[in-house]
Amino acid sequence: MSAYPYPTDALTHRNRRTAGRGGLSSKDGNARGVVSMESSVLLSEVLPGGATWSHVLKRGTALRITDVEGGANVAAYFLNFELPAERFNLPDTLKAQHTARLTKGHVLYSDMGRILCSITEDTVGWHDPIAGISNASLVEKKYGRGGYQQMRNKWHQNARDGLSVELGKYGLGARDLHATVNFFSKVTVDATGDLHYTPGNSPAGSYVELRAEMNVLVLLNSCPHPMEPGKAYAPKPVTLSISKVPAPRTDDACRMHCRENLRGFLLTEFYFL
Amino acid sequence: MATVNLQMSSLRPEEALEKFVVEGGDWFAHEIRRGQTVRIVDLEGNQAVDTLFYNAHDYSDRYSAQDTIREQESVYLTAGTRLISTDGNVLLTIVADTCGRHDTLGGACAQESNMVRYAIEKRSMHACRQSFVQAIQHWKHGLEKRDITSNINFFMNVPITPDGGLTFADGVSEAGKYVELVAEMDVLMMVSNCPQLNNPCNAYNPTPVEILIWDEHVR
Repeated sequence: MSAYPYPTDALTHRNRRTAGRGGLSSKDGNARGVVSMESSVLLSEVLPGGATWSHVLKRGTALRITDVEGGANVAAYFLNFELPAERFNLPDTLKAQHTARLTKGHVLYSDMGRILCSITEDTVGWHDPIAGISNASLVEKKYGRGGYQQMRNKWHQNARDGLSVELGKYGLGARDLHATVNFFSKVTVDATGDLHYTPGNSPAGSYVELRAEMNVLVLLNSCPHPMEPGKAYAPKPVTLSISKVPAPRTDDACRMHCRENLRGFLLTEFYFL
Repeated sequence: MATVNLQMSSLRPEEALEKFVVEGGDWFAHEIRRGQTVRIVDLEGNQAVDTLFYNAHDYSDRYSAQDTIREQESVYLTAGTRLISTDGNVLLTIVADTCGRHDTLGGACAQESNMVRYAIEKRSMHACRQSFVQAIQHWKHGLEKRDITSNINFFMNVPITPDGGLTFADGVSEAGKYVELVAEMDVLMMVSNCPQLNNPCNAYNPTPVEILIWDEHVR
């Protein structure tokens, strides 16, 4: 399905790829889950460390986030762009899929029983949905003061302020920011319930791919994970690329992941009736 | 299994300032002033009590499950846990707990999530989110749907495994078990006494809970 054709002529980004769209036709229906994004990249850009980004990711496209250097952390939050009162619901996401980590095959549920995005590719295997995001006092306590006056754009930013400001640009704000996901980071829970941050979870070149199942306002922030043990503020960049992708088939790996996801996809498809 | 951290309270119910019984499927909203103590009693056992807290003077400053988990470095709540707000304030501290641990990752049930989790036909069954939305509509003072965030499930057992699994297990609570919190600032407490009939979070049998409030001077 190509419900949202891009005005590709308007995209002049230096990294734009113009290769053909081979491999995306309906004839390719048996190549289960193996659709090369490379052939259809619409836009590609670098998100520096410590920065915030947002985009309305259209249904029929996917966003790939690549940890270029290794050790990146990307806090992410998602809202239904058409109806922002509907937004990412972390508890519903975890309990529907009986998981306390996120990886390929999982989907991100809204509070309305629908799927915002599916995780269609993942080379990491564990993304942290538990530990939340950094805030100004945490960053100052960990890394010391790092104001803009002294440090210019290397200043010590934090994810909570970054995401709140980004939401503000859409007429939303901090009150709209609920629980988030940390891509590329791993925090385990031991038998007593204690948390443990796992360093080195994401080697250079790791990536995760999110397929939009509706038009999703995606907000990303590349500040360090709040539990990373480093003494110096050293946020890592990621690259972001958006591609056209086919609609999920009946045998889609995320749809088939569990019975709950079958119903989640069904309810999402009802939304578009 | 998880460590169990039992802590009894010396407060006497007959000295409580106020007492309320919240039936299964009902909601409860009440301000707790700084220094006051609130106790939730699982009257019949294995009841999930979905609870949200707000700074009573600024509802945008509200309970944050992720900040609370990270700051304690533990996914379970028990005696000694400080409930952290989005602005980094300590809203309340758990001072007594005869259950041992409480969940804050499982969230509240909703008609919509019941459709995903159990069956499309479950839509019309009562759910916590119905109660929370009704609670904010009655409480007013500017509370909106966006203020209904990830809550605490007192008495609910949602074990997380070291390999990242999550399950809803039989309750660890029993009749008469309680959890008690001291308000570190003026807070609004909002409760949905869970009506869920589809999983063991309340033993498939929603039952009443009692909420008691003591004034500061009794401690």
